[in-house]
Amino acid sequence: MTADSKGRYSSGSQSSLLSRAYKHHLFWPLALWIALLLFNLFYSPSFFKVVVREGHLYGSLIDILNFGAPLMLVAIGMTTVIATRGIDLSVGSVVAIAGALACQMISKGSDQNALSLVLYAIVMALVLSVALGLWNGLLVSITGIQPIIATLILMVAGRGIAQLITDGQIITVSSTPYQYIGAGSLAGLPFSIFLVAIVFAISALLTRRTALGLYIESVGCNPEASRLAGIRAKTVMIIVYMFCGLCAGVAGLILSGNVASADGNNAGLWIELDAILAVVIGGTSLTGGRFYLTGTIVGALMIQTLTTTIYSVGVRPEVTLVVKAVVVLAVCLIQSESFRKAIISRWKTRRYPAEREVTRHA
Amino acid sequence: MKRRTKMWGLLTLTLLMLVATACGKSDDKKTSGSASDISLGFAQVGAESGWRTANTNSIKDSAAEAGFDLKFSDAQQKQENQIKAIRTFIQQKVDVIAFSPVVESGWDTVLKEAKDAGIPVILTDRAVDSKDESLYVTFIGSDFVEEGKKAGQWLADQYKDASADVNIVELQGTTGSAPAIDRKAGFEDAIKGNSHLKIIASQTGDFTRAKGKEVMQAFLKANPKIDVLYAHNDDMALGAIQAIEAAGLKPGIDIKIISVDAVHDGVQAASEGKINFIVECNPLLGPQLMDAVRDVVAGKTLEKRIVTKEGTFTSEEAKAALPDRKY
Amino acid sequence: MAQQSVTEPVLKLTGIHKRFPGVRALSGVDFRLFPGEVHALMGENGAGKSTLIKVLTGVYSIDEGMVEMEGKRLVVHSPQEAQAAGISTVYQEVNLCPNLSVAENIYIGREPRRFGRIQWKEMNRRASQLLEERLHLRVDVTLPLSEYPVAIQQLVAIARAIDIQARVLILDEPTSSLDRGEVARLFEVVRKLRGEGMAILFVTHFIDQVYEISDRITILRGGELIAEYKASELPRLELVSRMIGKELTMLDELPKTAGETRASDTQSAIVAASGLGRKGAIEPFNLSIGRGEVVGLAGLLGSGRTELARLLYGADRADQGKLQVEGAGKGGVHSPRSAIDAGLAFCPENRKTEGIIEDLTVRENIVVALQATRGWFKTISRKRQNEIADEYIRTLNIHPPNPEQLVKNLSGGNQQKVILGRWLLTQPKLLILDEPTRGIDIGAKAEIQRLVLTLSREEGMSVLYVSSELEEVLRVSDRIAVLRDRVKVEEIDKDEMDEQRIMKAIAGGEGA
Repeated sequence: MTADSKGRYSSGSQSSLLSRAYKHHLFWPLALWIALLLFNLFYSPSFFKVVVREGHLYGSLIDILNFGAPLMLVAIGMTTVIATRGIDLSVGSVVAIAGALACQMISKGSDQNALSLVLYAIVMALVLSVALGLWNGLLVSITGIQPIIATLILMVAGRGIAQLITDGQIITVSSTPYQYIGAGSLAGLPFSIFLVAIVFAISALLTRRTALGLYIESVGCNPEASRLAGIRAKTVMIIVYMFCGLCAGVAGLILSGNVASADGNNAGLWIELDAILAVVIGGTSLTGGRFYLTGTIVGALMIQTLTTTIYSVGVRPEVTLVVKAVVVLAVCLIQSESFRKAIISRWKTRRYPAEREVTRHA
Repeated sequence: MKRRTKMWGLLTLTLLMLVATACGKSDDKKTSGSASDISLGFAQVGAESGWRTANTNSIKDSAAEAGFDLKFSDAQQKQENQIKAIRTFIQQKVDVIAFSPVVESGWDTVLKEAKDAGIPVILTDRAVDSKDESLYVTFIGSDFVEEGKKAGQWLADQYKDASADVNIVELQGTTGSAPAIDRKAGFEDAIKGNSHLKIIASQTGDFTRAKGKEVMQAFLKANPKIDVLYAHNDDMALGAIQAIEAAGLKPGIDIKIISVDAVHDGVQAASEGKINFIVECNPLLGPQLMDAVRDVVAGKTLEKRIVTKEGTFTSEEAKAALPDRKY
Repeated sequence: MAQQSVTEPVLKLTGIHKRFPGVRALSGVDFRLFPGEVHALMGENGAGKSTLIKVLTGVYSIDEGMVEMEGKRLVVHSPQEAQAAGISTVYQEVNLCPNLSVAENIYIGREPRRFGRIQWKEMNRRASQLLEERLHLRVDVTLPLSEYPVAIQQLVAIARAIDIQARVLILDEPTSSLDRGEVARLFEVVRKLRGEGMAILFVTHFIDQVYEISDRITILRGGELIAEYKASELPRLELVSRMIGKELTMLDELPKTAGETRASDTQSAIVAASGLGRKGAIEPFNLSIGRGEVVGLAGLLGSGRTELARLLYGADRADQGKLQVEGAGKGGVHSPRSAIDAGLAFCPENRKTEGIIEDLTVRENIVVALQATRGWFKTISRKRQNEIADEYIRTLNIHPPNPEQLVKNLSGGNQQKVILGRWLLTQPKLLILDEPTRGIDIGAKAEIQRLVLTLSREEGMSVLYVSSELEEVLRVSDRIAVLRDRVKVEEIDKDEMDEQRIMKAIAGGEGA
């Protein structure tokens, strides 16, 4: 085909930087996030004010990073699961369980501030989280239950497990090292954000520098073709669910550390939905395949920005969820290529109907 | 191949359910151990706070003491669970049903079913908004409007000589719940006499610490001058205290804090001066409930409204009361 | 047919343009279709046949040009709209709902209703009647469609088209997975419909079939219209050379029986199966494949060809017998992964669902198998991946030559080449090809056949070649194993190989 080389030529070097940026998968998530931030700038200029207070940075943007950290973590794990055509509804429960176990262990200790105790509790909580991820992974890959059902089991049962661990109580801890995970600051920034950075870096390294990313995308695109190409699809699935469990576990530690207490009922409630939304906003398709970790981070930040915006703008609590839903709907519509095309073609046909007819008959 | 895996899935599910129901059964047996002719079905909201746990324990303990056969169900804060539990109680033909409604509305159908089955219903702690008062025998619990009024009254007294505006932020309970609506209404009613007292921001904190902290942080960024925080429960106040401290302010001094409930952690914060005033919301209504149950079964008529005895704590009083606070 | 020249075309396309990012799929194509004719649309892979059909059925919008149906301008946005306008399509992979019943598939969306409730009995009765009277097909219409072979499923799809009174019927590679008897039956139905005035657009790669049934032929190449001919006035050789755009010599270059020149060493078997079998798939069989040998598998559709290949590769697990693979690990070959480790490679029959990983790029599709054998951490560097991709794009002549193109945007033949590239990269000892040339144009077909011969002759690679085209199997194989009804019935050596002999083995019964 002679047109080929020509076509490629035009899409390659002729296109300007702007149209290349426009085509990048991060363009819409970033643009929408920036739009949301600009709205805040317009609404309350102090939104962007960051000051140093008691040795750490202080301001709405820092809050977004800090409170958004658990969501970002969960969403990173969710991204890898969704990339394999799966979904993990149980992350909220795992968040609650991890926090509950860690707080329970610390509150039983004689010296809650002992670093060894805290580390031990953290390790145990994370081990349990990974084990719960393994359970999900086994259900999905070995027994072949659909992911949405398989993880629904733990989503429902997990709250019960968290309650069992805490005995139905809110467990309060007074452990400085544990609180540091959720509320401490390092080099002026919330410590939790460093955890996000570490997990993000590790997952990016594992998926982009090793072959794991190719395996995940391949399995997500076409599990059977991947199996025939020699990829151990089941192993890949188990790994991503375990990783998702781990991410949820870390998120649970941050959430419970932030308020120095574990709440089996409410910790991480509905976080799975926000996480799925973040993944989708970030450009990863729910049908699996290509995934975008950076996009997910932007998506999570956008959701947290929206939440914080709603609090600071003073939306009445009765309509908070409606406002959130409307913004999310708008975001999804703007991101949808076919919707954009429909709008544009509408607009075009309205403008040039006569002209088109003329060329046709000519 | 595919069919077999599906079968496996089904099997796993069934097994899980079996385990779950088995657990439930063993629970029932524990409570039905004591010999008694009166059976009481109680549908609790959940275990969302220390207050609720104390409430649950009080009911369980006093039922055991009275020798009642208590069937206890935890709705995990979902109305549909609670309706399901009440229907189960009706099927089990318990003598009396008592419950703390998760939300105010939507109870008419299931309460009618209980009435048709001839089972009296007692509401505890939270009311329902049903127009048909015959659907329940009595409502035992705190008067949330009164609680709000007490909180507002204290604030009005504190600032009765204020010449400048006092900026108040409010952390509401779960949107739509009776305590959130009433505590807000009572508070607003009590402070409306003083035009300097102004609520500048009000947002739900879902009665949880995490939300309380998150919302308070946003309040602090959006409003440069906050004088008073009114939280609908202690947990949200405790979360907000962390936010205030993170902002480099002193809770109780830079921002006065009023809260409702008086659970142990709250009283402790009050004793440390971080909460200035707590209105008690007494969870120990077990004995009063058991008395009412006994009276209903005996055929006595009850007052439509039984109010629990409640006090208030300032920081000083909190210090004295702290050692006795069990919940 | 005589009446064509006087009647107006039922469907008329003028100046159709369609572009995709980086590809011009159609440029200025005209096409017309008359009532009561079978019109063959011919072209190599990437010629624009599929795109043209997708334009007609509302899957794609057109950038320029006009579609007219019965003199009126037609704009369809979806297959549903196309169907409502009277254009029905039957695909190679049938696009009906496999788990609904035959009757439901015919009447879906148009169920006979009474008081809002579906009249199931009435629907089943009508479906049976329709199939029997119009297509002479007697089946239980209450069974799920998936219970029936593809041939029946296609007839059901045609029945649906008849019932909605479609005026245009598009048959997109309908015969690719049918055996001879089924093709004959399909053609019988097609002729009947033609006689009733239906306009039929027929897309296929089988030249014999084109001449058997078509009245008119339109040839596309590279997204452009080459010409429209009356079938009776276009010699075969000219058709082929018009399609590939050069004089046809390629196929003749291949020796008819390539046996003599080959340095096959049958002594050392790469793979030896003894009593290998799987219930419901294939009866126990013995088969050994030597180094550098090309073994053909012949047999009708459903005779167990694919099942045999999958057992050898470990894609399905055998439930009896033994499989020895030279160089296999301790556990033997029990999964695709262990097969690859032992030096096996497998191009599955079903390219779309089992071969390509469609949302990944050409580069990723090529390196995926090699990377899978290397594990997570021994990553093939991006630079090396690019080199590999470029190399295979060049040697296999993959079009468009862009390693970052998504594989789903390639034509069928080029997708097949990508999969071949994937396996050649792993340097297998045995390459299992299951219908490698299905749905592929002549040019690519010859390329693939030649590649097989080169690999076995020059590199000593063994090949198991599965094909439903006898001619093809004969051309490439040193030895042919014949399957019938899930049993391996015969093995024919190269000196005895001829079409007659194999046909007899396939037909069985009254042999010799």
